[in-house]
Amino acid sequence: MQTTAPSSHAEASQARTPVAGVDWRHLTWRDPALVLLAASAVLMPIAVWLALVVAPVAADSGGSAARILYFHVPYAILCSVAFFVVLVASALYLWRRDTRWDSLARAAAEVGVLYTSLMLILGMFWGQAAWGQPWDWSDPRLTTTFIMWLIYVSYLLLRFYTGRTEQSARVAAVLGIAGFADVPIVHYAVSWWRSIHPPTDYFVNSNGSAAIPPSGIVTLLFSFAALTALMVAFILIAYRQDRATVALREARLALDVDGAE
Amino acid sequence: MALVRKDITAEVRGRPVWLASGFFAAVVLVVFVFALDLRVENKAALGPGALWIAVLFSGIIGIGRAFASESDYGRMDRLLICPVDRRAIFVAKLLGTMLFVSLVLVVLLPVFGVLFGLAVLRLDIIGVLLLGALGIATVTTLFSAGTTHSAAREILLPLIAFPLLLPVMIAAVKATEGIITPVVNDSPWVGLLIAYDVIFLSIGMLTFGQVMDE
Repeated sequence: MQTTAPSSHAEASQARTPVAGVDWRHLTWRDPALVLLAASAVLMPIAVWLALVVAPVAADSGGSAARILYFHVPYAILCSVAFFVVLVASALYLWRRDTRWDSLARAAAEVGVLYTSLMLILGMFWGQAAWGQPWDWSDPRLTTTFIMWLIYVSYLLLRFYTGRTEQSARVAAVLGIAGFADVPIVHYAVSWWRSIHPPTDYFVNSNGSAAIPPSGIVTLLFSFAALTALMVAFILIAYRQDRATVALREARLALDVDGAE
Repeated sequence: MALVRKDITAEVRGRPVWLASGFFAAVVLVVFVFALDLRVENKAALGPGALWIAVLFSGIIGIGRAFASESDYGRMDRLLICPVDRRAIFVAKLLGTMLFVSLVLVVLLPVFGVLFGLAVLRLDIIGVLLLGALGIATVTTLFSAGTTHSAAREILLPLIAFPLLLPVMIAAVKATEGIITPVVNDSPWVGLLIAYDVIFLSIGMLTFGQVMDE
């Protein structure tokens, strides 16, 4: 998070970069976003190969479709992490009134919604194979997850429709905090209520040993690493984009150009 | 608490919005009676859901106005320069909203009882209704304060509030169903309802000052 905070000077110079074409000189290997993207590009094919070819498949959960697990589960964990970042950044924004926290909350919410959507879509394919139906409204895990998705989509819509005033940023921050109230419910839904969704301790036997073979664990680690690197890179890029938008807007306002909001 | 009295006075002296909202909720119920193909054997299953949708709809329309009197006449600034704690303003507005919802329920419940033929004028059902209404009132009060400046306020408030309130609605509907048709070994829906009320109230108390600060 600290590495993502350029000084206001740097932002001003970013805003002055020529608009026509991309200035590739800015792209160096010292850029953490590029390093993470590259790491993800290397890890992702390995994770896909492991998930599709190497990893074992449990006989009782939809045949080959059960390989979806190796991406579905990391997506599920990581979207909660992204929404936790939204929570923390929103609280820090309200406390410190530094718009950089606001940009971070915005960026994390965007990526969180993307990951939740992918998790839901993958889950529906798996559900079709394992349960014979993509969705079941009577299931608490599915329902609470969908509510979580709705809350953060409404967060993004709020940001989209209210523009960039301080007031709207504060309202969004309150929503970013209040919205997280659903996330723990999603996690505990499988243990609190009767659910057709596999429980959170799916990977551990009652005696504490791993319930899936070592190759499965290795696959999970690879897909988790690849998707984590990708998520952090995405958040970084979305954050910078937002900072650039803010800087551009401030510069426009300073110059009193027509067309500034 | 002068603020509560001011809003009550305005409500009593002007055209009462709660009456309109109460009848609007009753109309929503009538729509449900026809839309859901209500029969004797399914009314106990469909009733609670219809009741809660009526409460939510009328609530959103009426409660969104919690700060309407302030924002319409530019009085918000004057309210904010009053030397009172922001939390006091929040609690006052919340109390006013709860009173408003209670009055809507006064209109709604008898209509519901007649249309659905279910005995709902019971203390436990009214308790659940008030708990659910508290959740609705807290969330809408919190966000109607923040969205008064926004051009798209009418659509934004429900857009934000409905997803946040979905868990409250689920718990409230299930708790109401559980009272009308008792289920053995049911989940603690009332507990979930109270938990959400407490969470939203705490968030409201903590952040309301931040939202209102100009």
